[in-house]
Amino acid sequence: MRNHYPDKPKRVYFFGTCLIDMSYPEAGMAGIRLIRREGVGVIFPQAQSCCGQPAYNSGFPEEARAVARKQLRTFPADYPIVVPSGSCAGMMKVHYPHLFEGDPEYDAACRFSDRVFELTEFLVHVLKVRLEDRGEPVTVTWHSSCHALREMGVTEDSKRLIRQLKNVTLKELERENECCGFGGTFSVKQPEISAAMVADKVADVRGTGASRLIGGDCGCLMNITGAMGKKSVPVTGQHIAEFIWERTNG
Amino acid sequence: MDNHTGFDFRGNIRDALGNSQLRKNLKFAMTALAEKRRAIFTDKARFEEMRTTVNAIRKRSLSKLPELLDRLEKKCTENGIIVHWAETTAEANDTVLSIVKQHGATAVVKGKSMVSEEMHLNRFLLGNQVEPIETDLGEFIIQLADETPSHIIVPAIHKNRGEVGKLFSEKIPGTPYTDVPEELTEIARAELRRKYYETPVGISGVNMAVAETGTLCLVENEGNGRMCTTAPDVHIAIMGLEKVVENLTDVPPILRLLTGSATGQLITTYFNMITSPRKAGEKDGPKEVHLVILDNGRSDILADPELRQTLLCIRCGTCLNHCPVYVRIGGHAYHYTYPGPIGEILTPQMEGLETAGTLTTASSLCNACSEVCPAMIPIPDLIRRLRNESYDTGGSVKGHGYKANPLEKVIWKGWELVNRHPGLNALSTKMAGVFGPVLPKAGPLKAWTRVRNRPTFAKKSLHELVKEEGVSDE
Ligand code: SF4
Repeated sequence: MRNHYPDKPKRVYFFGTCLIDMSYPEAGMAGIRLIRREGVGVIFPQAQSCCGQPAYNSGFPEEARAVARKQLRTFPADYPIVVPSGSCAGMMKVHYPHLFEGDPEYDAACRFSDRVFELTEFLVHVLKVRLEDRGEPVTVTWHSSCHALREMGVTEDSKRLIRQLKNVTLKELERENECCGFGGTFSVKQPEISAAMVADKVADVRGTGASRLIGGDCGCLMNITGAMGKKSVPVTGQHIAEFIWERTNG
Repeated sequence: MDNHTGFDFRGNIRDALGNSQLRKNLKFAMTALAEKRRAIFTDKARFEEMRTTVNAIRKRSLSKLPELLDRLEKKCTENGIIVHWAETTAEANDTVLSIVKQHGATAVVKGKSMVSEEMHLNRFLLGNQVEPIETDLGEFIIQLADETPSHIIVPAIHKNRGEVGKLFSEKIPGTPYTDVPEELTEIARAELRRKYYETPVGISGVNMAVAETGTLCLVENEGNGRMCTTAPDVHIAIMGLEKVVENLTDVPPILRLLTGSATGQLITTYFNMITSPRKAGEKDGPKEVHLVILDNGRSDILADPELRQTLLCIRCGTCLNHCPVYVRIGGHAYHYTYPGPIGEILTPQMEGLETAGTLTTASSLCNACSEVCPAMIPIPDLIRRLRNESYDTGGSVKGHGYKANPLEKVIWKGWELVNRHPGLNALSTKMAGVFGPVLPKAGPLKAWTRVRNRPTFAKKSLHELVKEEGVSDE
């Protein structure tokens, strides 16, 4: 989606996302390690929290703005902000400007947005990583979050990284572009529709015959693996950062 | 939370999801339509160019809508078309009925028109002893089944040909069962042919009206629209007031994206341009043409610079075809005339949030609709805006603030607080880790765990792990 990318920087900010913080911290750590391994310093501001998307999508823009403002101030220097989630990155990159329209901090929000990169996009285009696979042969499938796909446009970057791993076979989902039914509060406000969507996604995952589902967004992963677990489907889910780290560091 | 509303959305959803035949039919049909569309827009850059053009044309039309409507009325009148204005659907219905009555008609033939559905015109006519005869194949089918359209382009999309065959054999005397599409079409055709000539009034919708020339454009594939607008002595066209475009040159780009998006066709079989009633010396065509222009809340929508984008819509239906929610619940679940993504933004504005605001919850904001919309309507942004309005007591949309309740506000305020204060944030993360596994399955967790395992929480947060790993803080 971006036309040009900056040169490799000395330092970056890492935004961990609230879901990773709470439930998938290893995915966050793996992201940080992948960046550090390329010789780039990582700063993790301890004051960071959530991008504000839950409130933004639920009809509470004021509360979303207050939390977003907190992030604007927590990443003050001119470093790239790397986010291991297409959804949160999309919020910060695409929606912050909209959220701050008419606000005194509108310009600051736009400058912030300019600095936001999704992790796999950053690894491919800015760090230009070359991955060396040290793992056993495995067949995986890939689920893209809607926002990585349609807001950030980074799905191909994520898959390109997986394809760099020579012992990994990537089987694509038949309906790769279809939402898994998570949608944050959607899964709570419309539980039946969400359940129907995730059931179809699980069937699609099974159809690939893959033993592992890789994703770039922990919300979708939690949704799909939660549904697979309930049905005892023998497929495990993993965040792409953790997967790559595991395969290239072993 | 939904008990403010005038219909049981949750119940409709449950019924639809429980109907496996419906779900199969919808999935089959939507996949076919989406594939046809994909086959025609192969060049992404070219498609983006075309929709930028269409978006610009539609925006320009809306920006001078009052002026264009004036010009349209003048031109139409000059051409001999009689123009009527209706602020409400009731007014529009009365107008149609009075024309029908003037000509002593007891039946009308109808081409497909979503605006007439919005007016519930058929019900109204029936109540006034006028029989409306639907002539579009899909509309014909659902009229036999006593249903309403479930899609804005393909009204009977929820039925497969076996169901249609069964319906025909039951409802049309002397008809044996068949599920061969050609034979089904033939049956409908035989039923309808005579009616075009016997019925004195024909009704149609309008896809675009050109202000420059006073031309009404009608896009169709079956020829029934042309029959309805030429065979009877009187033709009544009905349109929503946003359907006007400025110039004839605005028509081709819109037409191209309309047919391509809707059915994956480069052109349709019929494209009608109606500019006047029959002129002296002409052999066919109606002797009288009427145009009814309906507002029904559209001016209010137009008044808001952001929500105005709703009216860019050219009713191609492609947002429905790509919506993961629509494809699972079908059009009837949405209760109102316009289903799917466009319905989620149009209906609550027309009907008021307090009645139809619950529709805005039926979206995961996956953006599939805005990705394909030929008019480039940012549907998810407008859904978000309407969700905001649902809580906003100072909002501007009809029924705004209907959801405002202290509890939800307090919850989100609490969320805000936790996420603004690092100490609180760390504490709440910690508590999730400690209490998460033992939380009772109530509220959101209950809904979640019906089909999924409960979310797990890590022992140590990322905030803690980075500290241990010695990642710098600033
Ligand atoms: S909103 Fe867009 S995609 Fe949906 S019917 Fe209207 S023009 Fe077509």
